[in-house]
Amino acid sequence: MKHFNLEAALDSDVAPLLKVRDVAKSFGAVAAVRGVSFGLYGGEAHALVGENGAGKSTIVKMLAGVHQPDAGAITIDGADVTLGGPAEAQAAGIAVIYQEPTLFPDLSVAENIFMGRQPRSRFGRIDHAAMKAATKRLFDRLGVRIDPDRPARGLSIADQQLVEIAKALSTDARILVMDEPTAALSGVEVERLFAVARTLCGQGAAVLFISHRFDEVFSLCQRVTVMRDGVWVATEPVADLTVDTLVRYMVGRDVSALYPKEDVEPGDVVLEVDGLSRHGVFERVGFSVRHGEIVALAGLVGAGRSEVVRAVFGIDRYDDGEVRVNGKRLPNGSPRAAMAAGIALVPEDRRQQGLVMELSIERNATLTRLGTLTRLGMLTGHGERNAAGDWAERLRVKYERLSDAVSTLSGGNQQKVVLAKWLATAPTVLIVDEPTRGIDVGTKAEVHRLLSGLAAQGVAVVMVSSELPEVLGMADRVLVMHEGRITAELDRDDATEEAVMFAATGEEAVA
Amino acid sequence: MKTGTTPVAAGQQATPAAEPGAGNGRTRFAQRLWVVREIGIAAALGLLVLVTAIDSPGFLSAPSIRDVLLGASILVILAVGQTVVIVSRNIDLSVGSVLGLVAFATGKLFLAAPGTPIVLAILAGIGLGAVCGAINGVLVAAARVPALVITLGMLYVYRGVDHLWAKGQQINAADMPASFLSMGTSTLLGIPVLALIALAVVLVAGTYLHSYRSGRELYAIGSEPSAARLSGIPVGRRVFGAFVVCGGMAGLAGALYAARYGTIDATVGTGLELEVVAAAVVGGVAIFGGSGSVYGAALGALLLTTIGTSLAVLRIDPFWQQAVVGGLILAAIGLDRLLALRVANRLKGRSSHGA
Repeated sequence: MKHFNLEAALDSDVAPLLKVRDVAKSFGAVAAVRGVSFGLYGGEAHALVGENGAGKSTIVKMLAGVHQPDAGAITIDGADVTLGGPAEAQAAGIAVIYQEPTLFPDLSVAENIFMGRQPRSRFGRIDHAAMKAATKRLFDRLGVRIDPDRPARGLSIADQQLVEIAKALSTDARILVMDEPTAALSGVEVERLFAVARTLCGQGAAVLFISHRFDEVFSLCQRVTVMRDGVWVATEPVADLTVDTLVRYMVGRDVSALYPKEDVEPGDVVLEVDGLSRHGVFERVGFSVRHGEIVALAGLVGAGRSEVVRAVFGIDRYDDGEVRVNGKRLPNGSPRAAMAAGIALVPEDRRQQGLVMELSIERNATLTRLGTLTRLGMLTGHGERNAAGDWAERLRVKYERLSDAVSTLSGGNQQKVVLAKWLATAPTVLIVDEPTRGIDVGTKAEVHRLLSGLAAQGVAVVMVSSELPEVLGMADRVLVMHEGRITAELDRDDATEEAVMFAATGEEAVA
Repeated sequence: MKTGTTPVAAGQQATPAAEPGAGNGRTRFAQRLWVVREIGIAAALGLLVLVTAIDSPGFLSAPSIRDVLLGASILVILAVGQTVVIVSRNIDLSVGSVLGLVAFATGKLFLAAPGTPIVLAILAGIGLGAVCGAINGVLVAAARVPALVITLGMLYVYRGVDHLWAKGQQINAADMPASFLSMGTSTLLGIPVLALIALAVVLVAGTYLHSYRSGRELYAIGSEPSAARLSGIPVGRRVFGAFVVCGGMAGLAGALYAARYGTIDATVGTGLELEVVAAAVVGGVAIFGGSGSVYGAALGALLLTTIGTSLAVLRIDPFWQQAVVGGLILAAIGLDRLLALRVANRLKGRSSHGA
């Protein structure tokens, strides 16, 4: 495979394959993108990074033909193009892999890939056999085993993503845009995706890669364009950059500490979990959390951590054991009782469990307080609205109006609304499940500062996290789970990457 | 990616790869379940016929079967059109009124020009129905209001136009040419012509929905409208097309209604729309779009018609008939839900790495 020669491309007079020139796009009063320019050369993998809400997805949607720029132009092969719709973008050789999979659940995997481009035989009829064979070849190339005939309904998120990738590969694209394609993929799958991307680059295609994972950006891409608040900040070769400079470009300031953990003297025990078991899911899980303490539940995905906290909060029932708050036993399977006792749970999947996407920001933020309202009997509706705005302000949620639907917000901002919703209940025990998954580095630091601040105020925090740096940076104590059991309990000083990983994989290496 | 290196280019050469045996068992099962939808309805139909025939063997006589087929034909044609709309996550409640309007218009046509060729009269009926469907389609696509609401409104509009035009007038068999009327009851090789027309409609629509890009796109739209838009499918145009087809089918049914019954006033086809939707749902067409076939819908229409006849033959109180139809609809929906759950469970946990 011939390698893309960046210097040669930049020095030569060769026009970029695709050029975005001074594009701007506003939605109502919010200017999502202002005057952004960059170019993609054939053979180049180009990263587009920025915080949530920086305007990356808007750029993607302009390239996909979903949005049209208010100003500026998109150029392909030196000629201005108008991408009036997704079909026109496809015809122009642009393929997009979206952040959220966009499959048809009722149709077969093969049809999902070739929708609108099905191979045809005589009389324009769809050649189902050829379509299936082509799908198999695509999957072979990606090294995955998915039956082309099965319906897309029920595919795991990772498999859905792989189908999306196969779809993009099948479109004969010269420009491949990938909007956070790796969020749901395992390491092996990511490597395979990158291998395919590199092959495409070797064949002269350009790849625009959007990711929050810096290691991926550095391993795949030759150049990076950074955006902040809808504005272009920098386009530089990856070789000239360090993670620190990249982060500084993104947030516009030094992130002094991503993990601003305050030292707090823990108080009395608030939450006690004793011998909690659920058949086949988790077994004899016990731990306690004190006021002002942050306890992390670490482990591999599928170790049963989310299931435990769901059971503690009462969403799922447990078979055995008990949960106590301030010494008082909580009834099994009652989120209402858990909330009344002062527990709040910020779930892992914000789209499905954390938010009512169609409702407004203020409605979502105050949903949990309806109970509080009747319990205290003194908050007015007006007060609630103020509280919603107050929290949105404190968490720096970017929105146009509080009455806008949550679905219009970017991922990181949605996460903030979920947090606002639960923080508004003034909990004494806050359980957060993967609080920073899929959100950018600046928002991450804000979330961490917030958690730390809450602990300093005496809130007991239970944090489920798969990110080791986050676990090690934030937790006073680390509980490691493996296959439904707690395999290690480590104090802040004893918690090292090795110790946690050993326990998480079930190796008995903790002294 | 340069042209020629893509796997799609190979799409033309149909060389189905050999099936690896083991890993596909569960999926095969899931697929079989989808096929079972049509087989299940056929089995219910067979059972009903069997029970009725045991009680009164005359039910299986040629004239009796012919009667049932004749009775079902118009409903089948309407159900086919309705299915095309429902798979795209829409609905057309105006079909009963369109049928009535077209039936009356056909009568009027023969009153004004008695020499009109039959084929031309039928084509005119399809045309008028398609125009009604186009109006529905434009409103649904442009107003961004659910089709349920739009077509509910148009149900009354078309019926109102019908009444306004008829002014109480009734068209009788004597007003229409005998050759046209005989088409409504005549047979070819012992099979009613109407049933043959319905069969042709089913086969054409079935092939279209299964094997043509625009047909598949209707399923895609019904399955996930936003994904359809992102895939570059012209959603508005396809939905519009579906309404035109549905209207055209209602028009065809209207012209055939005129031929079969000969007596037409402004109330023809009142309430028929719900029977049509019921036929589609009983036939396994998912009411929220994305799945189901015209074959199922046609079987559903046949089943509903047969129930009517069977209950009469079995001397069961006709009042029960509606309750039985209602029970069938609930059973169909229940079965749909059950199958969906089972399929979901079967498919879950299968990953790209699993064997």
